[in-house]
Amino acid sequence: MDKNKTIEMIGISKSFGSVQANRDVFLDVYEGEVHAILGENGAGKSTLMNMLSGIYKPDDGTIRLYGEPVKLSSPKDAIQRGIGMIYQHFNLVDVLTATENILIGQPSRFFLRTKTQAGRIRELSDRYGLDIDPDKRVSDMSVGEKQTLEILKVLYRGARILIMDEPTAVLTPQEIRKLFRIIRNMKQQGCSVIIITHKLNEVMEISDRVTVLRKGASVGTVHTADVDIPNLIEMMVGKKIDLAIVKPEVDRGLQQSLLRLDEVTVRDAEGKRAVSDVSFDLWKYEILGVAGVANSGQKELCEAIAGLIRPERGRIFFEGENLVGKTPRDIIQRGIRMGFIPEDRLGMGLVGSMDIVSNIILKDYQNQPGIFIQKEACTEKAIKIVEALDIQTPSIYTPVQQLSGGNIQKVLLGREIDSAPKVLITAYAVRGLDIGASFKIYDMLNEQKKKGVGVLFVGEDLDVLMDLCDRILVLCHGEVTGIVDPANVTKEEIGLLMTGRKKESEVSAQ
Amino acid sequence: MTGVRVTKRDVMPRNKEYAVRLLAVALSIVFAGVILLLFGLNPIKIFQSLIVGSIGTKMRIKQTLIKAIPLCIASLGISVAFKMKFWNIGAEGQITLGATAATFVALNLGSDVPRPLMLAAMMIAAVVAGGLWAFIPAIFKARLGTNETIFTLMLNYIAIKFVMYLQYGPWIDPAAQGFPKIAKFSGNAVLPDVFGVHAGWIIALVLVAFVYVFMNKTKKGYEVNVVGQSVETARYAGMNIGSIIVVAMLMSGGMCGIAGMIQASAIEKSLTYSIGNNYGFTAIITAWLARLNAVAILFVCIAFAMLIQGGAYIQIAMNVPSSVASIVQGTILFFVLGSEFFLQYRIVRMRDAQKEVA
Repeated sequence: MDKNKTIEMIGISKSFGSVQANRDVFLDVYEGEVHAILGENGAGKSTLMNMLSGIYKPDDGTIRLYGEPVKLSSPKDAIQRGIGMIYQHFNLVDVLTATENILIGQPSRFFLRTKTQAGRIRELSDRYGLDIDPDKRVSDMSVGEKQTLEILKVLYRGARILIMDEPTAVLTPQEIRKLFRIIRNMKQQGCSVIIITHKLNEVMEISDRVTVLRKGASVGTVHTADVDIPNLIEMMVGKKIDLAIVKPEVDRGLQQSLLRLDEVTVRDAEGKRAVSDVSFDLWKYEILGVAGVANSGQKELCEAIAGLIRPERGRIFFEGENLVGKTPRDIIQRGIRMGFIPEDRLGMGLVGSMDIVSNIILKDYQNQPGIFIQKEACTEKAIKIVEALDIQTPSIYTPVQQLSGGNIQKVLLGREIDSAPKVLITAYAVRGLDIGASFKIYDMLNEQKKKGVGVLFVGEDLDVLMDLCDRILVLCHGEVTGIVDPANVTKEEIGLLMTGRKKESEVSAQ
Repeated sequence: MTGVRVTKRDVMPRNKEYAVRLLAVALSIVFAGVILLLFGLNPIKIFQSLIVGSIGTKMRIKQTLIKAIPLCIASLGISVAFKMKFWNIGAEGQITLGATAATFVALNLGSDVPRPLMLAAMMIAAVVAGGLWAFIPAIFKARLGTNETIFTLMLNYIAIKFVMYLQYGPWIDPAAQGFPKIAKFSGNAVLPDVFGVHAGWIIALVLVAFVYVFMNKTKKGYEVNVVGQSVETARYAGMNIGSIIVVAMLMSGGMCGIAGMIQASAIEKSLTYSIGNNYGFTAIITAWLARLNAVAILFVCIAFAMLIQGGAYIQIAMNVPSSVASIVQGTILFFVLGSEFFLQYRIVRMRDAQKEVA
């Protein structure tokens, strides 16, 4: 490339306590380049970028900006030097308009000169193709619009180097397409764009070059055009992995409904309606996927089924028995065999400071007779689960919070599967797990399906949902906009459903 | 640019943990010694007197134990609530009301009731009263989510003022010739001595074992632990959180009530509004120092009682102001509690990240 280097990170190291987050990392980014930073969870991507945006200071190594060595002392310092970061969680004031959000915190006179600045904002949004109504309030914006506004905000502050932390995680396929258009515009204008991600398809689509991190160290930088996805996985994981999810075909015989929801409406903790009139059947021998942008009612739907929230309206039948009004305690004591893997593993599914045995006992102990807790039986069970799922732990008496994310999830899944559930509710079962662990979890869910379990799989990666699930239910603002057979639809069609365009007729799986 | 930064530690090995704690105690003694020197006092003599004053004679050992008993029982009560992250700082009030209920029984049941029966009735009354006083904030927290810290704190003053009212009003002893005091108990309401110290020490030991078994071996104890760690997990596991809070607080308050009954029966042999003698507050410190472990509470409370007793002794024996004892106590606490920080964090000297640049 004959272009200029904007950023060089040379031999960067950073540790937190005894954890080395980055070890001798090298990164260089050119003008007009889209550079992907790829790596599994815990590979050190975010730490590296936080050093570039002035949040952390490196323990060792040099950062050069346009050839000049720099010390970035704060995010403010970074943005003044033209480095802007866009986080997954937006920093916007809901009640203010787009323009006000851009001008807030900027050096100005006593009065905001909204009028005069509006011109510059419009000029910027035209140049980069940012489609934003400057007078729209943030509270009225979609997630995609908010992200666009964040981009505009850092561009307004003079950023020429943009860092985006997993920008597509919260977007629909359509919004992703729009974002990529914006990124290409910025590239043409000579900006450098750095994208942190672990979604390989997107890396292939948008980036010019990829730097792969593994366990805090840089594995290497490659031109995207020279590699394919298996190459990248090998770089990320360090070994070849067979990536395909196999969808086992099982003979279902007659479709048998295990779980039926009938016009269920649920309000969330703030009293807002999170799930509206949702009806569906979960059959034996199937994995039913749930797709939707973040916060479309997935959490409330799962918790309502598990008895944690009482639906405002509607009925939930488990093999014909109405569960509405039953608490989790009733459900356990009646021997209703339903497993639930909540989204927040350590905050809800497990007790982080307790050991594996005490966590395995969590759902059993109520059915034990007497006032004393009997740990002996559970000790055996814990040993069995640790062996069966190949959980990496120093002992069964290790506090679960000291295990890795994948192993924590295996403890939780192991406990729920051990009770031989008929229905298994899983919310974001592979979130935060590395590729190997994720595929282990997919295998385990397929294993359950073959046994006749009905699995509800709330997911975020559409590719995975389409590969794994027999049917996919799409949620938008708490409403079901369609139940589709992944064999008969495209990702884009699901994307449309996620944004609320209802399908005329529901498709049913074979 | 050279500086220091603080980072979170990994789990520390046990022996290193004990070493840090021992070091903290040693440092506190050195530091307290320096302060004493600045006041022109001989620190070695002061420390010697602290030891001699607390365990030097049979009588002093007895005095130390008498102080350790209520402290230990109240700490046990507090530890059950604290395990649940229910910040019960109302032990003082629960002690006071436990003593009040025991006194009511002692004064009204008659002097011809057999002593075991009388003492059992007093203890039951004390448990009920202490438990009820803790039940009030518990039910409000379980039902309405009120803040228990302020609630339990305020209830202390209500309890103390209530006893003051009794002492100056309805319960005043007519035989005291107008002196505001409540009648002495008859012999059947006084705890007997066992091996020279009142039987409260047996009760304390039994309660240590009870709390240990409850927290580690019972289903309810397990629930209390889970609720303390994560209310969401407790909900997920189908626990009835409200009832767990209430049961744990009834136990917590009930034990504090027992501490009050022992003080009234064995020490005062009557009731005064100052029956709590700040044990309810000191017990918060000791429970915390013992990291809410029942067995550790026993030893921490004995050590703390030595400090109190030894401190009282040096005032008289060496004719130094009471503040000297307080300084020594305060310094030791400062270092021991301060060492917790070093158990969880470590301080690293920062290397200069970009030497060649600057």
